Amino acid sequence: MNGDSDIAIDVKGLTKSFGGREVVHDLSMQVKRGSIYGFLGPNGSGKTTTIRILCGLLTPDSGEGTCLGYDILKDSEKIKRQVGYMTQRFSLYQDLSVRENLEFVARLYGLTDARGAARDMISRLGLSGREQQLAGELSGGWKQRLALGACTLPNPKLLLLDEPTAGVDPKARRDFWNEIHALAAEGLTVLVSTHYMDEAERCHEIAYIAYGHLLAHGTVEEVIAKSALTTYTVTGELSGLAAELTGKPGVDMVAPFGTSLHVSGRDVAALEASIAPWREKSGLHWQKSAPSLEDVFIELMGRSRDNFQ
Amino acid sequence: MSSIRATGPLREIRDRFGFLRRSYAMMAKEFIQLRRDRVSFAMIVAIPVMQLLLFGFAINTTPHHLPSAVLLQEDSDLARSVLKALENTAYFRFVYEVHDVEDFDNLLKSGKVLFGVEIPRGFERAVRRGDKPALLVAADATDPVAASSALGSLGMIVQTALKHDLYIGDPPALPFEIRAHARYNPAAESRLNIVPGLVGTILTMTMLIFTALSVTREIERGTMESLLSMPIKPVEVMIGKIVPYILVGFIQAFLIVNIGVFLFGVPVLGNLFLLAALSTLFIAANLAIGYTFSTIAQNQLQAIQMSFMFFLPSILLSGFMFPFAGMPAWAQYLGECLPLTHYIRIVRAIMLKGATMPNLRYDALALAVLMTVAMTIAVTRFRRTLD
Repeated sequence: MNGDSDIAIDVKGLTKSFGGREVVHDLSMQVKRGSIYGFLGPNGSGKTTTIRILCGLLTPDSGEGTCLGYDILKDSEKIKRQVGYMTQRFSLYQDLSVRENLEFVARLYGLTDARGAARDMISRLGLSGREQQLAGELSGGWKQRLALGACTLPNPKLLLLDEPTAGVDPKARRDFWNEIHALAAEGLTVLVSTHYMDEAERCHEIAYIAYGHLLAHGTVEEVIAKSALTTYTVTGELSGLAAELTGKPGVDMVAPFGTSLHVSGRDVAALEASIAPWREKSGLHWQKSAPSLEDVFIELMGRSRDNFQ
Repeated sequence: MSSIRATGPLREIRDRFGFLRRSYAMMAKEFIQLRRDRVSFAMIVAIPVMQLLLFGFAINTTPHHLPSAVLLQEDSDLARSVLKALENTAYFRFVYEVHDVEDFDNLLKSGKVLFGVEIPRGFERAVRRGDKPALLVAADATDPVAASSALGSLGMIVQTALKHDLYIGDPPALPFEIRAHARYNPAAESRLNIVPGLVGTILTMTMLIFTALSVTREIERGTMESLLSMPIKPVEVMIGKIVPYILVGFIQAFLIVNIGVFLFGVPVLGNLFLLAALSTLFIAANLAIGYTFSTIAQNQLQAIQMSFMFFLPSILLSGFMFPFAGMPAWAQYLGECLPLTHYIRIVRAIMLKGATMPNLRYDALALAVLMTVAMTIAVTRFRRTLD
């Protein structure tokens, strides 16, 4: 066991099916210790399943690997002691108070001073004075803060966060990410799944997964560069343009962004040939631009749908 | 790019028959959901058919072949004839023959037999002399239904039966006197029978429901997922969920027994500590069974349905409503698998008969076994993963 290696998660060939439907297919990934690893992909792509496999909540049909140096198949009890898992749905007890929830977690992990640990966490979370409030009565942002507090309480080495910021306002999201960066700076490894592009850009590394397949991974810049996507941003008289361009050869994706339209394709020549008639049109302004991470992902999503569905 | 916009012509919204249309939509939805819930669907058929067959055949309010003991203080031909005649009435089935009064009393006290026939020393000689000696028939009247029909018709039936095998000829009346003694409940008051039984029935109902919902509730509220990701073992979850309710059940038992004693005048002849100890065992057994349902059920509704499937036979086959000894053998075996059967014997024996631990060994052991089996199933059924 190489508990001191600088790889926190190292898995190969993970596969998992439910009722004959393959949810995760031959997935391999490595996550460095102390890094924030973003996990992106459409709904139902296998993100939650992968996270559950990593913390021992699901057994993979095949594949192997280690989490914090422990075998994910044999040592799930040891992994559980050192991993904090924040579920997608709020899963603390709604009918227990803030303090009671934290004390419960502290006792399950066998912390010597459960009350003290809970008290410290309450003040760290900024929940002092509300410790008697029932968890179910907290607002979305506070619930999510409390859940993060609960899973960092037993001093885990790895945090698995499954869409932690879904439905949370921008200010709370920003605070949350500052917290995650602070934790990573302390040496904690964080694997976080998200749908938000701005959050993906806050990660050290990202992986894109769709239909159970890991399609791209690396830093944000690497993923954009590897996509080899050419994007034009169009502004002006856009009405009807999106429908006209969709499906033309070389045009892989047409996406409206407020008052502009992003037109992207992998085959530059075909793309430029197809858009040529409209480039001359008055009232339209075309500009070649760098694809955004979202362009890359939406294009990946469209491509993977063709390949795997 | 796909679009969710409707491609066909816009559907006209008709408001005529709106009430019916919306009611129909709701009904159709309910039917679909019902069809998807396999357990509920099975219950629609299983509850009436199974329970009706089960109880229709099992329940018999005029029981026959009741287990009986004979205290034989004289081994004479006449004594044998009398016993044979009693057995021929089809009410009695002699399963024990003892020669000692204490053994005789213990058999009745522990509930192993419902009747005891005592043939006194010098019985045959006294009959010959025309002394009209007494033949004592002691009945366990804690269940008056079982005892009364046998006792009521005893004299006449024995007389008819004896006519055929007695060498006395054709006597105008019986040459001996049958003295029936309804033990433990001489006035055959049904409340003495019902109230102790209610202790067990109420506890079964409340305890089952408490734990039957405990695991499914965690699954439905989503808390199970984070619970499973934390270092806690299935046994620890089970103990944590059962122990608090033992206290709750104990308070309930205390209340019911007190109401029984002070409001209904039911005596407690036996030891209260023994009653408390065995009640705790019974409470734990029921909680363990409820918890087992909870680990099997997919949702809270199913857990409640399972509890009912268990509760109904508990009431009907345990001897609470109908005499246990009157049921056919298969129903008795089924009854032996229900904690309530054993607890009802225990609670009646302690309260009404003043039974002690040696009388109740079998039923106490049965409760412990049932509890252990349920707990083992629960721990193995408990899903450590979400697979």
